[in-house]
Amino acid sequence: MKRNKILPQAITLLFIVLIFGFFTMNAQINMENRGIEFGFGFLKQEASFDIQFSLIDYDGSHSYARAYLVGLLNTLLVAFIGIILSTLLGIVVGVARLSPNYLIKKTAAFYVEFFRNIPLLLQIFFWYFAALRALPMPEDANLLLGSSFMTIKGLYTPAPVWENFDIFFTTLILALILIFFVNRYAKKKQEEEGKQLPKFLISLSIFIGLPLLTFLAGGFDLSFSFPELKQLAKTSYTYEGGMGIPPELIALTLALTLYTATFIAENVRAGIQGIGKGQKEAAASIGLTPGQVLKLVIMPQALRIIIPPTTNQYLNLTKNSSLAAAIAYPDLVLVFAGTAMMQTGRAIEIVAITMATYLSISLAISLLMNWYNKSIAIKEK
Amino acid sequence: MKKTIKNLFSMFAVIAMVFAFSTEVMAAKKSKTLKNTQKKGFVRCGVSQGLPGFSNADASGNWTGLDVDVCRAVAAAVLGDSGKVKFTPLSAKERFTALTSGEIDILSRNTTWTLSRDADIGLTFVGVNFYDGQGFMVRKDSGITSVNDFKNGISACTNIGTTTELNMRDFFTSRGISYEPVAFEKADEVVAAYDAGRCDTYTTDKSGLAAQRTKMKDPTAHIVLPETISKEPLGPVVRQGDSVWEDLVRWSLYVMIEAEEYGITSANADSMKTSENPQIKRLVGAEGELGAAFGLDNEWSLRIIKQVGNYGESYKRNIADTGILPDRGPNQLWTKGGILYVAPAR
Repeated sequence: MKRNKILPQAITLLFIVLIFGFFTMNAQINMENRGIEFGFGFLKQEASFDIQFSLIDYDGSHSYARAYLVGLLNTLLVAFIGIILSTLLGIVVGVARLSPNYLIKKTAAFYVEFFRNIPLLLQIFFWYFAALRALPMPEDANLLLGSSFMTIKGLYTPAPVWENFDIFFTTLILALILIFFVNRYAKKKQEEEGKQLPKFLISLSIFIGLPLLTFLAGGFDLSFSFPELKQLAKTSYTYEGGMGIPPELIALTLALTLYTATFIAENVRAGIQGIGKGQKEAAASIGLTPGQVLKLVIMPQALRIIIPPTTNQYLNLTKNSSLAAAIAYPDLVLVFAGTAMMQTGRAIEIVAITMATYLSISLAISLLMNWYNKSIAIKEK
Repeated sequence: MKKTIKNLFSMFAVIAMVFAFSTEVMAAKKSKTLKNTQKKGFVRCGVSQGLPGFSNADASGNWTGLDVDVCRAVAAAVLGDSGKVKFTPLSAKERFTALTSGEIDILSRNTTWTLSRDADIGLTFVGVNFYDGQGFMVRKDSGITSVNDFKNGISACTNIGTTTELNMRDFFTSRGISYEPVAFEKADEVVAAYDAGRCDTYTTDKSGLAAQRTKMKDPTAHIVLPETISKEPLGPVVRQGDSVWEDLVRWSLYVMIEAEEYGITSANADSMKTSENPQIKRLVGAEGELGAAFGLDNEWSLRIIKQVGNYGESYKRNIADTGILPDRGPNQLWTKGGILYVAPAR
């Protein structure tokens, strides 16, 4: 009986190993025939090309490995911003679709149907080329929020200049730890005595108050450097100082967010609609406020429906960010699977590394979301 | 048992036949690529996605250009018909992989000959069909007239995966100018972004700048700066490891250049057979056995000249008459002050 179970498994395993071995050998023989070498030594070579936008210190004298890291961080940056913004927008639109207000409901429905039915690449091109052309040249730009400029060359905002940033950072960590203990104490108190402390208000005041106190005591200092118009030639200008956010990043984030938020909105709507009306009524009948009904009864159950498909959307957004190459945002695909691959000619190695990287990012997001999903799932006892 | 032995015998017979066949092919001194090309009936040629003057398709899908003519010359030599070419448009990023993986047999796509490309990644450059150099384009009204006018903070649009990106860094770094490189995957997007005002300058090979300028909203609003910041010898590339094919592509190009040197054109090629000059007679196949070295007949070079024309005709048709670069500059014969100098076909 046991043998019957092992044999098919062993045959399947053998089959997989053979197929894998066949492809490896095939690739090896063909590469040898064509005089292509295999190896990862190139990662240490000097990259000798520059990258437009980097979160870490980088120029062409750094290695290909460093260029890879720059691309990876740029991909993570756009994925991170995209996930946060599309989640927020998705929740708002999802709730709006269930609004009793006819106008709000229809506007939300129109937005969802419009943006999810147009190919993403087209949307990226639209936001980059159509919206870009509509923006003013640097010299004609108007002030935005007092100190920023939105131009065809990007968004220029004041940059914070920190003094003793580490002290500020430590204070922030301390505040978070303090908030954690306050919340634990509040929960204990509620369980033991049934009293509710204003947790949110206390937390917020700690979070703002502690850094503010250190600032007033002179522990750290914060000032801003403002962007200033600079003339490059007779009719060409740019901004100097401050922080410049390239239009490629803005267009990409905008397109990814607007596209993915439609799917998340549908998930949110499905989640809320999936909870029976009776739940809400029952919760109200035992005296919970509407806020408590949503927080304690509806959301915990709705989340179980919302989280798994939303995880998929997060993965999609991360993978879709590779379309960045079309509009010159220096993400992993453009920098590493683009320029670096061309300069070194190491197609197999670089594509393998890039695939492994995307796989790792996706698995990490999955793992995180699964862990979260488990923590909110029904705990059967 | 008897059946097994019989089977075994027939297997041996098959193996013996295969061996006999392969030795015969080897004796014919044909390369694998050449043999495949003759079997398929067309030359597989990788070109650009649209660079006027070099490789560009018209509305009905006919490819023309200086780079295209190299592939047409090979088709004329090998298959007797310059039209028997299958063109594959490739991005800068895809081109080498397409060649090394065997999807195409000639890469004729304004590709710069460099040491690392030639020696490192399974490619062999066969020659130079255009001597180019990298330059900068700016808007005329910007008042910039030389690269010396560039200031810190300038943004430069270009393509990824080309030597352009590396030259640009060398240029700006050596001058201590900080710049913002904006690198796109496709040339059309570079042009669109530069034209919209995203960048202050557009940099690529000067021939490319001249060609792309024709695609802009108002071509006269842009100028190419006089400085050339790099050497860009552009030429066809083949896979490493098939020396007969490599020689064949090289000499198809050289025949075009040498034909111009000796004044042989597509119009007078036939009448040149009776020429007094033995080198002319060799080029039109009336003397010598030049084709035999490739396993071809003796009129291979005559077909190239008759069907595609000499280098000068190709240049005039594709680059000069289209207004891209009327002045041949370094791409003039060595006898007329240029640097086109090829080994003699004899």
